[in-house]
Amino acid sequence: MSILVDENTTFIIQGITGREAVSMTRECLDYGAKVVAGVTPGRGGRDVHGVPVYDTVAEITAKQRVDASVLTVPPAAIRDAAFEAIENGVKLLVIVTERIPRLEVAQIVELANRYGARLIGPNCLGVMSPGKTRVGGMGGSAVAARKAYQPGPIGIMSRSGGMTTEIANALTASGLGQSTAVSIGGDAIVGSTYAELMPLFEADPETKAIVIYSEPGGPMEAQLAKYVKEQKSRLPVVAFMAGRFMDEMPGMRFGHAGTIVEGKADTTSEKIARMKDAGISVAEEIAEIPGIVKQRLAEAGSR
Amino acid sequence: MRFYEFEAKALLGQAGVPVAKGGTATTSDEAARIAASVGGEVVLKSQVLSGGRMKAGGVKFAATPDEARAAAEHILKLEIGGQMPRCVLIDSKQPVKKEYYAGVIYDAVAKLPVAIFSDMGGIDIEEVAEKNPEHVARVHFSTFQPLQEFKFKELVASLGISGNELNQISRIIARLAKAFLTYGLTLAEINPLAQLEDGSFIALDSHCDMEEEAREQQSAVLDELGIGREETRLARPPTEFEIRGAEVDASDHRGVAGRVVEFDGNLGCVIGAGGGSLTIFDALRKHGGKPANYCEIGGNPSVKKTCELTKLILSKPGVEKICVIMNVVSNTRVDIVARGVIKGVIESGYDPAEKIAIFRIPGSWEEEGYKILEKFGVDYADRTVPMSEAARRAVEKVKA
Repeated sequence: MSILVDENTTFIIQGITGREAVSMTRECLDYGAKVVAGVTPGRGGRDVHGVPVYDTVAEITAKQRVDASVLTVPPAAIRDAAFEAIENGVKLLVIVTERIPRLEVAQIVELANRYGARLIGPNCLGVMSPGKTRVGGMGGSAVAARKAYQPGPIGIMSRSGGMTTEIANALTASGLGQSTAVSIGGDAIVGSTYAELMPLFEADPETKAIVIYSEPGGPMEAQLAKYVKEQKSRLPVVAFMAGRFMDEMPGMRFGHAGTIVEGKADTTSEKIARMKDAGISVAEEIAEIPGIVKQRLAEAGSR
Repeated sequence: MRFYEFEAKALLGQAGVPVAKGGTATTSDEAARIAASVGGEVVLKSQVLSGGRMKAGGVKFAATPDEARAAAEHILKLEIGGQMPRCVLIDSKQPVKKEYYAGVIYDAVAKLPVAIFSDMGGIDIEEVAEKNPEHVARVHFSTFQPLQEFKFKELVASLGISGNELNQISRIIARLAKAFLTYGLTLAEINPLAQLEDGSFIALDSHCDMEEEAREQQSAVLDELGIGREETRLARPPTEFEIRGAEVDASDHRGVAGRVVEFDGNLGCVIGAGGGSLTIFDALRKHGGKPANYCEIGGNPSVKKTCELTKLILSKPGVEKICVIMNVVSNTRVDIVARGVIKGVIESGYDPAEKIAIFRIPGSWEEEGYKILEKFGVDYADRTVPMSEAARRAVEKVKA
């Protein structure tokens, strides 16, 4: 199995005629994903690699089931595009766009919550359920994506889109496939945090362990540590923490918008301590991850 | 981006938060004139972005314009936390009866703004929250206006405050919350929010932060405050190298070759993307490397942009070699980065085989990329070589 998306997931791409979106459409189709339509206001009636383009989301949802939408529109138009998807009943939004002001992200989340819709991102590369589908550009071309991602028992959640593929590649190379990999986004506020996705992985019998990529800034790692400790999760969690050098350089900006260190709890050393305390293994290097995962799986199996 | 206190005061003042009468000065004579027009006793405060200015002697009181001139003279020359003051703020001194705290930030777990209120003002709120949690109250509120002002009444009332105080304070917090939403802030804080002898309330010191992402939308407000686009307001002002890096990034809308940060080392870094750069930078340092810069490339930058970034890094004195490392790329094309970097090295007058310590970018269009690298004799690594191992090899080569 997998979480969030599988081979039956139908989705649209909002902003489909943009340069990056056109190649993403090709990549998704080549992977076998069900891209049923695209939206670019004013470009209705065209097609992108055979995918019909509409002016509005409503025109599509009136005709067919739309499970998800990938949004890759400019920052100035993203909030309204997201509202449009939510109000038209789309239940899963994957926002690729970066540089969205925090206020607008909060507004999108607030509306999504009212409608029972889930948001992944913003500033993410999407969701990949290897061998089934991909919703977004994660992993690049279908050929490249198949090299890095293979089906298997590991769930990935990552604050970096690129590092999602790096980690999947390392796992695949050592024979560990993935159930679903989620690029959760690099912003200070993201629609779905690690802890919020954990119950989905818990409920997926195929998933046997979790790998996360984390960074300085924000309360997401502390929230996960609390979840793992309190819920007594059946899934071993292995974390990699990047940006350790930033602890020595407060007030400077590196990496994603969400890495900004606003308090002591935001530093990598504090986060590592909290995660270890909750029983989360913290890898020193990406290359160590597969070995630690195998060890944790063996321990879980012998219990 | 942090605002200076005088800017935060102007922003909150516009939003209807009561603030003290006063003005800013960059010369001591100007300070004396403002003190005279304000009348009575004044407080002079150094306008720096770092904290601890009280301890450093950056805050002084003056009873007369002449005293204000002397105090301003001192403050304007005083460096605090490595920063010279932008100016000195002269405010009329207020007769304070009691100090409160009011702030608004985002709660990334609830994904909502949260208003924080305390009846113990004037000190660090994190300290109060730790030692006297019963004196701190919080309430989340919607990001959609109009504001639900009753929430701020509940917030203030929850600390046992009633009567006229309740209405005055909650009104000020509502205005603070409105300013937070209207100006795209990530922090809006009044500390202390003071009750004066006559019972009225006033913001005596305030802090506001705006994130980079909101600057475009808020350009009218920023123009009004006279804050230029080049002002990064980070822990230190940008260096010449960093300014030129930003120019390279802005020269072409395709992809990113930005967030260049200068360091002292001898190993130039053409690295990416957002998370990959953090990972590589950690790895270089762990293996004893001395990076000359931090940067982030991604989003499939053009050949020209990567070339210009490479040239900029190679022009930095002390850079012996460069390493080109990214995580497995999805949308960035390996061949385009390879062409850009090689072009940049050649145009700088060097041999790519000698100057590029290692090239490790697997992913989209890697076969095409590796062909180009082979043609120029560049040492490259594919996806079987971990990022950290590539970093180690680069460090070894610079040491050799």
